[in-house]
Amino acid sequence: MAEPMGFYTDTTVCIGCKACEVACKEWNQLPAANGGANTMSGDSYDNTRRLDGIHWRHVKFVEQFSETRQDGRWLLMSDVCKHCVQAGCLEVCPTGAIIRTEFDTVVIQSNTCNGCRDCIAACPFGVIDINPVSGTAQKCTLCYDRLQNGLEPACSKACPTDSIQFGTISELRARAQKRVEQLHQAGESRAYLYGADEKMLGGLNSFYLLVDRPEVYGLPPDPKLPSRHLQSGSVLTVLGALMVGLAGVFSFRSRTSEEVRP
Amino acid sequence: MIDAPSSTWFTAGPHWHWLIVLYFFVGGLAGGCYFIAALIDILGRAEDRPIARLGYYVAFPAVALSGLLLTLDLSRPLRFWHMLIERNTFAPMLKPWSPMSLGSWALLVFGLFSFISFLGALAEDERVRRPMLRRAQWSAFRAVRPPSPLGTIVAVLGGIAGMFVAGYTGVLLAVTNRPIWSDTPLLGMLFIVSAASTSAALLMLLAGRYGWEGSPGVAALQRMDGIVLALELVVLIAVMVSLGPALRGWLNVWGLVLLIGVIVPGVIVPLVLGWRHRGRRAAAFALLPVLVLVGGFLLRVVVIFSSESI
Repeated sequence: MAEPMGFYTDTTVCIGCKACEVACKEWNQLPAANGGANTMSGDSYDNTRRLDGIHWRHVKFVEQFSETRQDGRWLLMSDVCKHCVQAGCLEVCPTGAIIRTEFDTVVIQSNTCNGCRDCIAACPFGVIDINPVSGTAQKCTLCYDRLQNGLEPACSKACPTDSIQFGTISELRARAQKRVEQLHQAGESRAYLYGADEKMLGGLNSFYLLVDRPEVYGLPPDPKLPSRHLQSGSVLTVLGALMVGLAGVFSFRSRTSEEVRP
Repeated sequence: MIDAPSSTWFTAGPHWHWLIVLYFFVGGLAGGCYFIAALIDILGRAEDRPIARLGYYVAFPAVALSGLLLTLDLSRPLRFWHMLIERNTFAPMLKPWSPMSLGSWALLVFGLFSFISFLGALAEDERVRRPMLRRAQWSAFRAVRPPSPLGTIVAVLGGIAGMFVAGYTGVLLAVTNRPIWSDTPLLGMLFIVSAASTSAALLMLLAGRYGWEGSPGVAALQRMDGIVLALELVVLIAVMVSLGPALRGWLNVWGLVLLIGVIVPGVIVPLVLGWRHRGRRAAAFALLPVLVLVGGFLLRVVVIFSSESI
């Protein structure tokens, strides 16, 4: 296996140009609008709104303004599949359509997916959705085809401020840590890394530098694997089955014993 | 989103709607009816066998319908076989840690058992016109129902497969990252208990259509339904407690439907009326099973749509 590859996204230098969104759509031949319907959000410059089957990159616009609007800031973040080391989608996929590649990224094989949508419910980040063109679940592939040919993913290649950086995970983590220290020295003490270590789902191969709580960016503070309830849920269900069985045995047995009584 | 009660609030819904609600209900009835029929066959008396036959008559068409509903719900229905066969290698596709994968196999296995028992029930039923085979050939199928050793093995294995189908759906919901579904490990237990209560209710209702209200077998079904409904109430309360802060997902119209569509009319009223009408079987005979069935259906509506609407 090649060395794990991924993205480090420094949200502090994102300018919301959406070049990454456009590059992603162009390279992956994703439709610009869903069935021709291009709906505007009406309350933000963010009209993409969320990641889904035809939006594999999404620049989030978080607008933090006071009531008087005299004070405020924009938080901009280019969101994408996190390519989790412990991936919930891969865990539940019943067809084997979701695979881990030689680059330690997570890819959905469109020729195998049958659109059961279990992966959509399993993803802790709400990244996956059905692409209405293919009828299969789709998300960022981290440009698997480009990686196989020694190219950089389209989004990071297009990013004009290097907010999205591509590379080996070890190198990206070192670079990100330096940037956090630089920001702390410059007085931005809120800067921290989200998903850059093994504590979060074994590590996110697409991790972020943030300057506010994860929830503010629409990221879960404590993402978990779907299998956390597999054992307890199964044991409790078997217990339920045993209780139902006992209820049945009691009902039919007691009648039999009542009737044989003289 | 900033004040979300759980990390599950940051996920996306899988668009599981009416077809899945219907599958959860029909699949529960298939598994539950088979289980009760097998129980009657093994424990009950000879005069109860017509009620067991009803269970097998429900189970097979219901599991066949379940497969159809699940296939139709796929975004690519013609690829339904990818659940069982790996598309690239054509090797069997089974991931025991994925409830959907295991459930697909369970449906196949249970479908087989319920078909065998369906034939066994037909072989014993003199009232129906049986196609294709001659009378003597049909009689051979009687061996697939207890008390024959083969029949007992079929009933036990089929009953276990039926209970699996009735309960795995709750585990499947728990093994996601969606609000409510994955905020409690108790949905499998809730679904299996509810499958039993709705199945007993359906068999009581069907028995009523044939005028068997007064039979001892139906009285045993009523007794079983009473116990299971009491269990369902306890499990429902346990689910709400285990949800903790995520219970907020039910503090809306879905919570109201749960209360006035499921808990009161579908569980408490049948429990109380069933207890008061012990011995006066006919009094509430038609109404109570209908309430339990409607309550069981609405329970699945609430569980699915309350999460999908977040």
